Formats: sequence, C-alpha cells, structure tokens
Amino acid sequence: MARIFAYIVHKGGVADDSASELAVAARKIDPTASPTAVVTGSGAELDAACNSLRASYSEIWKIGNEVLAYPNAELVRQALVRILPPGSFVLVPHEHFGIDLSPGLSIKLNSAFVSDVLEIEGMEGACLKVVRQEFGGQVSAHVRCDISTGAVINIRPGAFKPGQNAPANGVVSDKSAEVGALAAQRRYLETLVAEAGDVDISKQPVLVSIGRGIQEKDNVAIAQELADSMGAALSCSRPVVDAKWMPKSRQVGTSGKTVKPKVYLACGISGAFQHLAGIKGNPFLVAINKNPKAPIFQVADVGIVADLLEFLPELTNKIREMHSVSAK
Amino acid sequence: MEILVCARRVPDTSENEIELNPAGNDIERDDLVYSINEWDNYAVEEALQIVAKVGGNVTVVTVGGEDDEEILRREMAMGANHGVLISDDAFSGSDGRGIASILAAYVKTGKYDLILTGVQAEDGGAQVGGMLAAMLDYPFASLVNSIEVRSDRKLKISREIEGGNKEINEIDLPCVLSIQTGINEPRYVGMRGIRQVASVPIPTFGAADLGVAAAAVGKGAAKVKRVDYFVPVQGKGARILKGSQEEIIDELLELVKAKGGLN
Repeated sequence: MARIFAYIVHKGGVADDSASELAVAARKIDPTASPTAVVTGSGAELDAACNSLRASYSEIWKIGNEVLAYPNAELVRQALVRILPPGSFVLVPHEHFGIDLSPGLSIKLNSAFVSDVLEIEGMEGACLKVVRQEFGGQVSAHVRCDISTGAVINIRPGAFKPGQNAPANGVVSDKSAEVGALAAQRRYLETLVAEAGDVDISKQPVLVSIGRGIQEKDNVAIAQELADSMGAALSCSRPVVDAKWMPKSRQVGTSGKTVKPKVYLACGISGAFQHLAGIKGNPFLVAINKNPKAPIFQVADVGIVADLLEFLPELTNKIREMHSVSAK
Repeated sequence: MEILVCARRVPDTSENEIELNPAGNDIERDDLVYSINEWDNYAVEEALQIVAKVGGNVTVVTVGGEDDEEILRREMAMGANHGVLISDDAFSGSDGRGIASILAAYVKTGKYDLILTGVQAEDGGAQVGGMLAAMLDYPFASLVNSIEVRSDRKLKISREIEGGNKEINEIDLPCVLSIQTGINEPRYVGMRGIRQVASVPIPTFGAADLGVAAAAVGKGAAKVKRVDYFVPVQGKGARILKGSQEEIIDELLELVKAKGGLN
C-alpha cells in the first residue's frame, strides 16, 4: 500500500483538531498505516506545531520557508509536488485551505481527487470506497476512487472522531532543503476580521434561527417577533445572508459564527453540515420545516413539520398570551 | 477584459426535495426542476459587473447536452455576450478531472484574461476550478467573495475563510477564481429577456473540435465514480410532534420552557 501523508493545518504553533482526525482516516484506508504528517510554515510556530504532533504521528515532515509563514496554497502545492513520492495518498482537511490546495495538487501529482469525504469503507481491488454527501446533505453517495496513481482526499472536518492514539513519540525530519525556493503568482496581503455586528449571537442562550424557508425579506419580521416574545436573539443560515436579508454577523456556521446556546429553534433550515458545525454545546434543538425529509430532523431533538409563515405567528401569539396571563 | 464563466445546469434544491428512486440507487429524477447552479449564477453576475466597469466581454460555457442550452440563454438574457455549449457523447460520465480537461482545451482556443467558476455544484466536489487552473498553469483562488481590478495584469481579491473573516490576496492575470455565493446580488431575469435571446445561435464544440482525445475523458477515464445514492440513518432522529397546531404549540412551549428557552 502506498504511503499516506496528512497535511496539517496549524495556527499559532498549535495543530488544528483535523490533525488527529486525519490520522484516524488514514487507518481506515489501511489499518496498519503509520501516516506521515506534513507541516509547512516558518520559524518558532512551525517548530511548535511539529512538536505538538509527536504524540500522534510517528513521522513528521517539516517544510520551513519564510514565504510559507502564511499558508498560500500555490506555494504549498509546489513544495508538496517536489517531495511527495509518486503514488502517495495525501489527506487534507476539507476547509478553506483544502478547497484551495487539493484539486490542483491532484493534477500536479497525476493522482485522483475525492472531495469532502465523510466516511472511508476500505479498499476493493485498486479502488478506495468512500462516502460523500450531495444536495446539501439530502442524500449520500457511495463513491469508488481508482488509487493506482495515488490520491488526494479531502476529509470533512469533524467526520472522523479521534480515538485513542498509541504514544507515537514521532520523529521530525526537516525537508526544507529538498523543497528549495518557492514563488507564486498569488500573494497574501492581509486578513480582515469580521465586523462584530449589533448582537453577539455567540453569547446568546436562546436563538431563533431562520433559513431559506423564510422565503423573503419581509418575512424576517415574523421570526424577529417570535424571538422578541421569547427573549431570544435572531440568527440565520447562509442563504439568508447571501440574499442580504440579514447581516453576516448573524450567520451561524463554518463561514459565520460558532454559537453555544441552551435552546436553538431552527426555522426553515435544511441542516447542511456547514450550518450544524457552527452549533456547539449540544443545545436543545427544535427543527421547524415543511419538508419532512430535511436533514435537520435527523439531528434535532424535536421536530415540527409545518409551514413557517403559518406556524411562527401562532407560536408568537401563544407566548404573548402566556406572558399577559402571568403578568395579571 | 475577456471573461469566461464555466456554468452547469443542476437540479434546483430550493425547488425540489431530493429523494431516492424506488430502486434506491439513484435520486428520483422525473419531476426535478433544473436551473443554473446557484454559485455559477453569482459568477456570471460578477463577470457582468467587472465588464461594466472596465469593458470587455463575458462568455458562458457549459459541458453538457442540448437540455443545458437553457441555462446559457438564461445567462445571456442576464447580459452575457456569448454562450458556448461543449457537447459530445465521449464526454458523458466524465469525473471532475475529465470536465476540467475539456474546459482547459476550450480555454486554449481563445484568449481569456479571467476564468470564473462557482465554488461548487450541489452534486459536485468544489474541484473543477482548481483543476482547470493547474492544467493551464494559471494561479487560482477559491471561495472568492470580492474582486477589484487593479490593472490589466492584477486583481485584488478577498476569500471567505473561517468565522466570516476575509483573506485578501493579489493575483496575477490570467487566473481562475471560484466564486462564493453572496458576492453580489444577481440581477433578475424575466421571461421577456429570455425570449429576446431565444434565437441567438449557440456555437457547439465536440471532442474533435477541441482536440480532446476521447480516451482521456468520459466514463472510461474517470478515476472517481459514483456507485449509487442512499439516505443514511443518522443519529436518533427528532421526535416529531403530532396533533393539532394548538396541541403542537402547547407541547413545544412546555419543552422549550423546561430547557430554559422562555425568558
């Protein structure tokens, strides 16, 4: 079996959670595998990240270069193409960096590419059997990937739960000299941090959250009234922000905010993983959706199959009634 | 600036509930409503806005069959100058790499400064743009959520990264960018606009026209193949509240109250 490499995302000298998830994924490809971590970066942060991996990887390849201080996918690709042996497996987390890096990397390595893999079912001849999701998670697909010339596999963050890793006491090998000089036609300039917004949804104990099911901008007020009656804040999923019905600061999900409420009312939200990944702390999750097959019902505690525009105002009225009774 | 936008026609998931067919090996395709892939529509709008500022032309290309012409006409009604259909029996069953190599062959027949794709398709893998760029040796950036033309050689772009933050880059032209939803507000297209472009001829190119070897694309060359669709059993599933609307509301409020959700 070809050698398996795991590309490590790290920040501030600390490896991302995906580092241990990729090790788990590697062993699903080959239970006897001892995957090699590949870490790019520069200076003390790179050394710290490499050291932090010694507990979970037996071999760590370090690629240091000043121009890699910020992970520019074009430069990282050049570096990997120069040192990876032909036919390698390369595992990469499927987030904004992996989406940038992996498709082009697979072309330059002349290997297969599979995107956003959430399960690995093992080998069948020269094919790796994996599972992906399509149509926003409404259906899954069994996919076969011919790995005879190697493969770049993007792994969905959070899909592979890190297990007990045997103490690896890994060895760091410095590959920087083999990589040599790097140059790119794309240059990183700066990172702009998102604006805070009027309400910090990450600190709210109760969220009423709306998705595409709210249908149009004027209907946002219906959900706002419900939130007000509950003493909750209003948040939303990506399509609502894309349509400019609510500001980015109210978006829950991987490209928005991470929230950790006690109670989360998902109204007209289908339940794509990018959204669910932004909900932490295992809240009491209520899903209201007119589609009984919406993926959100698989993960919610309680579900209501209903038309939002009819159901939400009734719910608001009932809560207001309760308040006026208790006020008397 | 000459801009090429690569687009696809896909089942519209805002209009359809995607379900399995009775055999349980494919999605039910009979009553699906198709439309342009949402990300690609944002890419066309972005191209139109760039051309409105700096001049040039927008060409929309798709790899598919006769049915796919409708999205080309829709995007031409939006304002794209040209639509191009790339179609050949040999292309059927291509994986992402196959589609990228077909598009790369088309790109080489013209002179494009900027190539846009959507970040992903509903049934795709966020891969064609990055592959196409690597095949052409053009620089690439994914998840692009703003574009500013700095000169005829350079763009300043922003990428969507975690937590709503933006990664700002400068990138040389020609390049390939994959466009994220929300980058702009795509203009509305009415039936009248589509009728106005109904008879505009759409050039069609096949494998031989593009110099694509049939053996290098299509099902035979695909390294990645979907075997079937299925619906996984995930988690324990929600307890669905039943009864009249009033009963459902009463039960819901009791549950939410017990969890501290009513203040």
